[in-house]
Amino acid sequence: MSGVRVLVGTKKGAFLLTSDGKRDKWDVSGPHFGGWEIYHVKGSPVNPDRIYASQTSGWFGQVMQRSSDGGKTWETVGNKYEYDGVPGTHQWYDGTAHPWEFKRVWHLEPSLTEADTVYAGIEDAALFRSTDGGTSWTELSGLRKHDSGPHWQPGAGGMCLHTILLDPKNKERMYIAISAAGAFRSDDAGQTWKPINKGLVSDMMPNPTAEVGHCVHRIAMHPSKPETLYMQKHWHVMRSDNAGDQWTKVSGNLPTDFGFCIDVHAHEPETVYVVPITSDSLHYPPDGALRVYRSKTGGNEWEALTKGLPQKDCYVDVLRDAMAVDRLDDCGIYFGTTGGQVYCSPDGGDTWKAIVHELPPVLSVEVQTLQ
Amino acid sequence: MSGDAVHRVRVVLPYHLRNLARVGSEIELEIAGAVTVRSIVDAVEARYPMLLGTIRDQATKQRRPFLRFFACEEDWSHDSIDAELPEAVAQGKEPLLIVGAIAGG
Repeated sequence: MSGVRVLVGTKKGAFLLTSDGKRDKWDVSGPHFGGWEIYHVKGSPVNPDRIYASQTSGWFGQVMQRSSDGGKTWETVGNKYEYDGVPGTHQWYDGTAHPWEFKRVWHLEPSLTEADTVYAGIEDAALFRSTDGGTSWTELSGLRKHDSGPHWQPGAGGMCLHTILLDPKNKERMYIAISAAGAFRSDDAGQTWKPINKGLVSDMMPNPTAEVGHCVHRIAMHPSKPETLYMQKHWHVMRSDNAGDQWTKVSGNLPTDFGFCIDVHAHEPETVYVVPITSDSLHYPPDGALRVYRSKTGGNEWEALTKGLPQKDCYVDVLRDAMAVDRLDDCGIYFGTTGGQVYCSPDGGDTWKAIVHELPPVLSVEVQTLQ
Repeated sequence: MSGDAVHRVRVVLPYHLRNLARVGSEIELEIAGAVTVRSIVDAVEARYPMLLGTIRDQATKQRRPFLRFFACEEDWSHDSIDAELPEAVAQGKEPLLIVGAIAGG
């Protein structure tokens, strides 16, 4: 029988939540790597037993873990991330030049075709690739060496490369996003990059429509329509229908268009989910009510999804990597909160139930659909 | 201390590094030649490669800022990593303590 495995990264370890296709009863495994910050855990779409986890600590730095048996056992792999050449400087918060320094791996994106190939998005922003299952890493330095690189500035959470999207129809095309440089696209498998930020407006910037400098929080894509992208920017929910060449605001009737996460229904490319957060000063839901908003029209028209979610006294946040969808016939939607809850909707968002209530603050949520 | 002697030294790792290396509270290592912070950390990393980068930066070899080295009730963190540690460490009577700063929540 088919089932799902939810991979949860938290401030104090990783947790694996498994269920059958009903997604009603769950087994909880963890904490794995207890006490460590687990920024991201993601499985290979080629081999679901292959899972990668980014394990990090302010004391001990970066560790990379790999499982080859679906998360039952783990082994440490390579954690050496050396920038290509002399890395130079980017801008610091105060506008002064600041040297590029590796801090941690924010996001792991396993290849769509090779189980041993995986991409890593790091802070300070750069893209690395491993073709040996995480044992060794090489920077795809064309991104960081883009002419705009010396002008990139960190967002409040650091200058992180947090989003990596691989085009399933064009192996040469990939997208990344950096806080607070913006979105970039490569059409040559990561060798060269172009900023794709036209249409974004960020009023806090000296030039609100500058080519780079936008605080993109997350980008999502449906595999059947990879030229259509959805973006949760710092403020504003955006959409592009030409692979990021031009963006249009689709915030529509959202109560606030600040937020972090965004994702797309597994079988409906125009059905999109966001979790509105009050503002960049108030990182919790409006009115203390946790609401996922769903648009079935690719944006602009949004409906609040509340059944099973707390509608009073709720002041959690949902971070950028903490939402995922499964690929079962009845698409399941998942998200984790900074309050330690992981919610599942087995019916595309109509109803919700907490799988777990009291984990450490959730940094990331991914889901594997198991046959 | 003889530069050519082989010393059996003891090292105490912090909790999280013990778990990462899957060892107990104390490990023993053989050091050929001078017993220094560098030679001990070299030996730790050689025996337990999963600890590469967790005690010191892999490229610069700088001690991670929130870790300290103690031996014989003295802080050796700011001494030269090539300074010879006390004879008691070289003789295995006292361990080198690798200690994580008490900070954070």
